[in-house]
Amino acid sequence: MEENLLATAATNGAVVTWNLGKPSRNKQDQLYTEHKRTVNKVCFHPTEVYMLLSGSQDGFMKCFDLRKKESVSTFSGQSESVRDVQFSVKDYFTFAASFENGNVQLWDIRRPDRFERMFTAHTGPVFCCDWHPDDRGWLATGGRDKMVKVWDMTTNRAKEIYCVQTIASVARVKWRPERKFHLATCSMMVDHNIYVWDIRRPFIPFATFEEHKDVTTGIVWRHQHDPHFLLSGSKDSTLYQHMFKDATRPVDKANPEGLCFGLMGDLAFAVNDSLISSDTTRKPYPGGDRRYPFFSFKKANPTEQFAHVSSALSVFETILDSHRMDWFVKTAQLYLLSGKPFVELCDHNAKVAQELKRPQVSTTWTMLRIMFSDPANLAAPTPNHNLSKLGSLPLMNSFSMKEMASGMGAESRLERSKGESRQDNIHLDWLDHSHRFLFNPMSENEETEGSEGPAEYMFGDAELDDDELYSMDHDNQAAEEPEYTLPQEAFQLRHEIMDNPSAPEPLQQDKADSPHVSGNEAEVTCLTPIESFSLISISQPLFSPHLSASFFSPIVREMLSYYAEQGDVQMAVSVLIVLGEKIRKEIDELTQEHWYMSYIDLLQRFELWNVSNEVIKLSTCNAITCLNQTSTTLHINCSNCKRPMSNKGWICDRCRQCASVCAVCHHVVKGLFVWCQGCSHGGHLEHIMNWLKSSAYCPAGCGHLCEYT
Amino acid sequence: MSEEGINVPRALASGPSAFIPAKELLIDGPNQDILIESFLSLGRVDHLTMVMALHPAYLSCYQRTQHALLELDGPLPCHWRHYIAILAAARHHCAYLVHQHSAGFLEAGGEEGWLCSLRHAPTKLRSLQTLNKLLAHRPWLITQQHIQELVSPGAEPRWSLAELIHAVILMAHTHSLCSFVWGCGLNPEPDHVGGYTFQPSSPGHLPRSPHSPAHEDGRPELVDGEVEVELLMKRMVELQQQQECTQEEMVTRFERERSESIPTALVRGAPPGLVLCLVEEPEFRYEDFAPRGEQSPHIMRAQDYSWEDHGFSLVNRLLPDMGQLLDEKFQVVSGLTYHRMAMHEDVDTCTLRKALWNYIHCLYGIRYDDYDYGGVNVLLERSLKVFVKTMACHPEQTTARIYHAFWRHFRHSEKVHANLIVMEARLQAALLYTLRAITYYMR
Repeated sequence: MEENLLATAATNGAVVTWNLGKPSRNKQDQLYTEHKRTVNKVCFHPTEVYMLLSGSQDGFMKCFDLRKKESVSTFSGQSESVRDVQFSVKDYFTFAASFENGNVQLWDIRRPDRFERMFTAHTGPVFCCDWHPDDRGWLATGGRDKMVKVWDMTTNRAKEIYCVQTIASVARVKWRPERKFHLATCSMMVDHNIYVWDIRRPFIPFATFEEHKDVTTGIVWRHQHDPHFLLSGSKDSTLYQHMFKDATRPVDKANPEGLCFGLMGDLAFAVNDSLISSDTTRKPYPGGDRRYPFFSFKKANPTEQFAHVSSALSVFETILDSHRMDWFVKTAQLYLLSGKPFVELCDHNAKVAQELKRPQVSTTWTMLRIMFSDPANLAAPTPNHNLSKLGSLPLMNSFSMKEMASGMGAESRLERSKGESRQDNIHLDWLDHSHRFLFNPMSENEETEGSEGPAEYMFGDAELDDDELYSMDHDNQAAEEPEYTLPQEAFQLRHEIMDNPSAPEPLQQDKADSPHVSGNEAEVTCLTPIESFSLISISQPLFSPHLSASFFSPIVREMLSYYAEQGDVQMAVSVLIVLGEKIRKEIDELTQEHWYMSYIDLLQRFELWNVSNEVIKLSTCNAITCLNQTSTTLHINCSNCKRPMSNKGWICDRCRQCASVCAVCHHVVKGLFVWCQGCSHGGHLEHIMNWLKSSAYCPAGCGHLCEYT
Repeated sequence: MSEEGINVPRALASGPSAFIPAKELLIDGPNQDILIESFLSLGRVDHLTMVMALHPAYLSCYQRTQHALLELDGPLPCHWRHYIAILAAARHHCAYLVHQHSAGFLEAGGEEGWLCSLRHAPTKLRSLQTLNKLLAHRPWLITQQHIQELVSPGAEPRWSLAELIHAVILMAHTHSLCSFVWGCGLNPEPDHVGGYTFQPSSPGHLPRSPHSPAHEDGRPELVDGEVEVELLMKRMVELQQQQECTQEEMVTRFERERSESIPTALVRGAPPGLVLCLVEEPEFRYEDFAPRGEQSPHIMRAQDYSWEDHGFSLVNRLLPDMGQLLDEKFQVVSGLTYHRMAMHEDVDTCTLRKALWNYIHCLYGIRYDDYDYGGVNVLLERSLKVFVKTMACHPEQTTARIYHAFWRHFRHSEKVHANLIVMEARLQAALLYTLRAITYYMR
């Protein structure tokens, strides 16, 4: 109202007014030293020039008339310090005060004896409040609990209508003029930015100002009808006038996405259109990636200044069979990770994998055994022994090959049936081609391997065959994991084409046209070299037995990453644990941790608690082993009075009786406690088991026919 | 067992505290429940708990904090937490806490070797020593650089901010607990070294605790004591009506309080070897915030960095729940009152408590703009100041004489109350300096 009038509050409790219009050097107008402690806030009345309100740490609010030497009235909050006072813009007599204990009080300026209304707004101090400039019922409050809340005060009880969660305690909140739903906030700790929120969109700030280098201490809109200028002061000794058009809009950078799981494991995923089209390397999902037209459309609200994005909704349906994870569960249960010599562990795991028809994994285990078992062991025995030992490996491979021949037929059938349901015709076509194609070299190979496979290994000149051998192993693996079938076959196909110029050209054309394949090539190309390399190196210990195991580490490292990339994090982790010290240093902590976490997560999802615990125990990452120390709290209720047991002992503090007494021996159960779900009596596991051998009724004598699973 | 020729040790201490007669402590009453509860949860009721049980409201939130700091989920492994507490307690030569935490440390699976010498502990733990030293004796010297040395990406071994906050709170908590232990003259537990003897008790020879060469029950009864209390009460009332004075005068008064020389240099014998081997630079001690005639370090203005506005947010951000627990503890202490003083009932002790709190912060160089430090001088008699300063700054030098010299007509429970205030004020002051340094580092 009065341009030249200024009021300040000091930490020592003084309230000072200044008149800039004074001709003298000293502009000080009035000095009130009525408050005993720090004054946190002063506020002019929106229409009365001479009315000033102050709120102080001592719990008092005082109203001053600037024409008088002393305060007109004093309001006692009856509690701790006042953090903010604000006159209502629309109601002449009303003001709001916020308190350190989380309360907000409404006062009538004419009634200093007691407040009109009080409610608890936040946990911890309420640092600030602000009345909506247009809507008379709305009050915004901000607190140390990192929330901004908007209250509707028109109803009997103050009702929270909006809530914005920020990342730091809220020091100031100011409604943006002329914009009904906008407010600006700043924090007094850690975060230096100023945010402008649209309270209807509480998850992402509408605009941010990031100029300040230290915490912002105050913000104010420059003019009460101009939404474009914001002034802010900061501890970095700067004062900024922000133009609204300069603000960063975090919304522009955010990718609107929605993700939801359905009841049957279906997955719906909505994302901005532009993102999908740009992302050509996306992996196709074998279960079918059905795009649905986006049919629900929200009518654009002109007052909402939010960009509307058209998004594509994809629904991924789970096909039960293809997603069977039996092999995962079985492997997890059967793998041995510790407790035996390294060689035996490898052999055992190789066998497990073999039985589950995963020859690639099995071979990997065998190779690991050869690579990392003591070179002295390999070198010392007679050459004969050496030979037989080495011979076992290729032999096994050729076996797997035979199995594969039959496996392949099955696979193509499987593919075809799948193709019928999901894939389009072209797809099916080249799949068939590729199958036919694959069968040929394989039968050739089979012959070769059957007769002179071991010999080839001995002389180490079977590179080409190795290649084929291994790529075939992939195929076989793929039979169990149809989701990987497409890319690998595609790759194989091309190799053949290159090797045999007679291959039909159009086929390749076909393949190149298919967008699915192109995306995966990169991944697959790295695959074959690794495998063939490792094969070559296997033969090396034979000739130079002194080669240290660390020579293989890079290869093994790549192998592990490969498995992890392929989604078989189980393999990666198992190998990591079995190899232990031999490989641990080669892989950086973070990756290891990541693998462990994913594997443990998977195990827990399949409810393989024991295995997951074993993995946690055996892991060498600090971050993982400490998982076992978290969430070890168990909340129990007393069996007598059904109240939660607060203390740690065996006696309930309410009914003063021992909780969880064994119904058989009447002692407190301190170990495993079993109880009947029907009558809730129970006791020591052993006692109950013995009891049930003789009687089917409850040992407590309640007459219930107990059932234990 | 004696018949079988096994030496049966005999507890030396006659009660939980060397200063407070045991009969004052073991009264039936509201604190009974909390003692039962703590017995159930810890398996024993130690001397500390017994003394603290004079103020059950405080004890329960103290135990919650202690539990959260040492047992619940947190960034540091359990045996590390105990070891950090041991290091902190050793700074104040507090054998009592060193013993308590050594037991906890071994229970949590710590290596025995660490207890013999610092050299056996990991470098990461040893790198805390500077911070521990400063935090214990001169927290105002802690700067951003100290934090940076531990946390910055180049630091080896590196602390994460959450770990560091956890360690800092542990240390500050233990330091202030040392003040309490010394200030209440706690006797060693029967299972501590020095807490038992194999010699049969000889009649006429009273068992001596290591604390007190002085008489136990010889509280001199003074006739004018009653007058003293009344005088104090009158002053408290007067003070509330006193006129405001100028800002300059306020600052002068603060300076006067701060630099007033309170003799505390009462050197006691060397600490037990068990403790000494865990202390680096044992000669680093408290020095007055700014000795006269020297350039004083910047005082901290409470308005610039306060627990409510700044400290809480930072702690809660890095160590969820801990901020809440500490906040609760500070609030309980600042609100704790039984509306009585010595023999008088219905007294508002608010000003006295405030004076005590602010005096300790003043010793640590924290100034409240809105507090008139003249009040400290009026309300706190010199003997009380000696006690408070000794306890807050050189807790290991507290003696029974100092304890008995102040507030001669007050109850023991009231003296323990004063102890609690000193302890929490000290904790907050130390935390504020460290948290400020961390905030500056994060900026």
